Amino acid sequence: MKFTLNVWRQNGPQDKGRMETYQVDQVSDDMSFLEMIDVLNEQLIGQGIDPVVFDHDCREGICGMCSMFINGEAHGPGRGVTTCQLHMREFSDGDTITIEPFRAKAFPVIKDLMVDRSAFDRIIQAGGYVSVNTSGNLPDANATPIEKPDADAAFDAATCIGCGACVATCKNASAMLFTSAKVSQFALLPQGQVEAADRVLNMVKQMDLEGFGNCTNTGACEVECPKGISIENIARMNREYLSASLTSK
Amino acid sequence: MSTLNAHIPEGPIAEKWTKHKAKIPLVSPANKRQIDVIVVGTGLAGSSAAASLAELGYNVKAFCFQDSPRRAHSIAAQGGINAAKNYQNDGDSTFRLFYDTIKGGDYRSREANVHRLAEVSANIIDQCVAQGVPFARDYGGQLDNRSFGGVQVSRTFYAKGQTGQQLLLGAYSALSRQIAKGRVKMYARHEMVDLVLVDGKARGIIARDLVSGELERHSAHAVLLCTGGYGNVFYLSTNAMGSNVTAAWKAHRKGAFMANPCFTQIHPTCIPVSGHFQSKLTLMSESLRNDGRIWVPKKKEDAEAIRAGKLQPVQLAEEDRDYYLERRYPAFGNLVPRDVASRAAKERCDAGHGVNKTGEAVYLDFASAIERYGKEAAHVQGLHQPSPEKIRELGEAIVESKYGNLFQMYEKITAQNPYKTPMMIYPAVHYTMGGIWVDYNLMTTVPGLFALGEANFSDHGANRLGASALMQGLADGYFVAPYTVGTYLADDIRTGKISTELPEFEEAEKAARERMEKFLTNPGTTPVEVFHRELGKIMWDQCGMARNEAGLKQAIADIRALRERFYKEVKVPGKMHEMNPELDKAGRVADFLELGELMCLDALSREESCGGHFREEFQSEEGEAVRRDDEFAYVAAWEFSDQDPGKAKLHKEALVFENVKLITRSYK
Repeated sequence: MKFTLNVWRQNGPQDKGRMETYQVDQVSDDMSFLEMIDVLNEQLIGQGIDPVVFDHDCREGICGMCSMFINGEAHGPGRGVTTCQLHMREFSDGDTITIEPFRAKAFPVIKDLMVDRSAFDRIIQAGGYVSVNTSGNLPDANATPIEKPDADAAFDAATCIGCGACVATCKNASAMLFTSAKVSQFALLPQGQVEAADRVLNMVKQMDLEGFGNCTNTGACEVECPKGISIENIARMNREYLSASLTSK
Repeated sequence: MSTLNAHIPEGPIAEKWTKHKAKIPLVSPANKRQIDVIVVGTGLAGSSAAASLAELGYNVKAFCFQDSPRRAHSIAAQGGINAAKNYQNDGDSTFRLFYDTIKGGDYRSREANVHRLAEVSANIIDQCVAQGVPFARDYGGQLDNRSFGGVQVSRTFYAKGQTGQQLLLGAYSALSRQIAKGRVKMYARHEMVDLVLVDGKARGIIARDLVSGELERHSAHAVLLCTGGYGNVFYLSTNAMGSNVTAAWKAHRKGAFMANPCFTQIHPTCIPVSGHFQSKLTLMSESLRNDGRIWVPKKKEDAEAIRAGKLQPVQLAEEDRDYYLERRYPAFGNLVPRDVASRAAKERCDAGHGVNKTGEAVYLDFASAIERYGKEAAHVQGLHQPSPEKIRELGEAIVESKYGNLFQMYEKITAQNPYKTPMMIYPAVHYTMGGIWVDYNLMTTVPGLFALGEANFSDHGANRLGASALMQGLADGYFVAPYTVGTYLADDIRTGKISTELPEFEEAEKAARERMEKFLTNPGTTPVEVFHRELGKIMWDQCGMARNEAGLKQAIADIRALRERFYKEVKVPGKMHEMNPELDKAGRVADFLELGELMCLDALSREESCGGHFREEFQSEEGEAVRRDDEFAYVAAWEFSDQDPGKAKLHKEALVFENVKLITRSYK
């Protein structure tokens, strides 16, 4: 297969950036999208052009590093996939493909297709944990039974990989899906109850401080989320936030 | 025989750890505040160690090359974590977990370390549940378990096929809490490029800020390497693209011995290689072997017809299939340990029964599980004489609830539906049991340098059991290192801050800079990737699932020649003081090119077959491994010398088995 690629090149956060066009051929349909970029980069190095910088690591859809905006969609065409799980068989021979970074005010571009998502880490640091120290003397793990539906729902929320596709997709660049997934995980479990009010207030505050936009319930985040995180989590977080605001001491 | 002191405490095995902990000198809270600790790597071992040490009061600096500590490759572990909780009342105990691990490791691990691992395993589950890790539960609200290879109890805790993710996010949340408190200073997108020794002690690291390209000096009273394994020396593996040996190798060059480097785990159930440009391999969790049956066509002509696309696997009658694991190992069947399952797959494929285009794949079939579950579900729903279609439908729903994400992952990669046609799988490099030599306190041969998790060698011998890597990473980080690192630091309360202006830091930084500048000014034309791929092929062919003397000698010569070519011909674009992933990669591949030679040297010197190390010269008539306990019941710890990985000196730590009798491992 052969492709024409329009790739966003940007030297650093201060650079204005521009689109560059490259041709790649000898692409097989079994290749992943990132392996196709590997081919492009080997080719660019041969031509004396700096290779395209992009984030990637596990290449099996779980680390959350890869983050390309392909033909106007976070992680490209197809549902429930990260960029590394997208395969070239999803495209037609001769296609022109446009590749941009995840764009949001809170995700500044570092170089080319690589963005800074440390805002997500700071949201977690604001309260995305249960305050329990390492100890060999905690209650037995089965001491508190948890209803299976709650445990399963907490798990579903906890499968968020923190890639930022929700933010890149949202017209407001809102991080509500990401933040609400973590709030929900703990809201559904008995272990999370003690700090529930502080957690939701502090995480939402940090989210706003980072410059993420507001949620207007378009639901685009849920559609593009590679892990299928539901917007029910946003509803749950709003409920948690409201009750915390009313009862906070 | 041994020049190494493992510092194993005296006394009966079940009391060693308790007694040792009781005798450990303590550091007072006020003094802890004066002590700095560096943790390199933020996977399960690194995150849990950094969080736990910070909770105790030490000043911790943590480093990872990814953009966030949450992305370390522990995140990709699928199946589960073992713990001797005996919730299923099926006869599990600390001793049984200890015994299974020693036996599974083919009697090449250290008894005292493994027993401690089994002892703290139950604490890990309690800790994680308290953190809000959402493990799978049954309808009574209790934690659920499943079985993994090489054991006959159900002791594996899991969170669907994403157990590693959930455990790492638990450790990451504990770490985040300490970062928020200012107890941990986090350096993401930083790579350790050298270790700094002052007066023979590990006192800091040189790190490269991967965004600015600047070299930084960081000092501490102790350094913990939690940098994972080196499976990427094979180029293709289930490791993440960035997983590398550089931190461990730099430590090795500065005096840390590498132990049993040839012990690598080839995982039996991975998605087969599809083409030349493949960058990594994807694992299909071992948990699938609970329900999947592995087979190849009995007749070679059927296998040929399948390879040519003239025959579909579902068309093959039951009597024409060879369920070779069930045939060879009736007691454990499809749940034999990984090394045994991998070799058996290779044996069938080498004999011409492989089923994909390249002949390097076997089937993992869920048809009988779907039927069994379907019938069960029909019975529960009170359906009498359900149609085969109804049974299939019900059965597929249950298989989906158990393995849904894995089936989906398989379908995305291969474009085949595993509910309708058997999966194709083949062994791939997955884990490295070998690693930096550590004593009972997890300290390396360099004072003040510790190694935790996959980066060390101590617990898994020559073969790791499934769901034990997560257990070891968290055991080391949460429950071992916080005690044992303190033992070492108790002598350091009067040392005061270590200056980064010391000549040792200056020299290490200069050496690192020169290495990088050399790459950037090299007049070559070949990208780094090409050399890595070539190294991987040598390693896989000669130091992979089967090894022999002639092949290993050839591999050593080939690697030396490749290394020479690498330094002459490699082209690294870009500059030093900027983000430059090609430069990062060049440094990593340079270290793999040295490690590969040491692995072959180790494999050559170990004239026996054990666990993942299969020397063709040492096998029984039925093709089973022949271990030679009289001569090789030792840990091979290699000391770097003469600036040449091939001139490493061998030190032997004799393995003494007082609680387990050495027998030939049999899963028949």
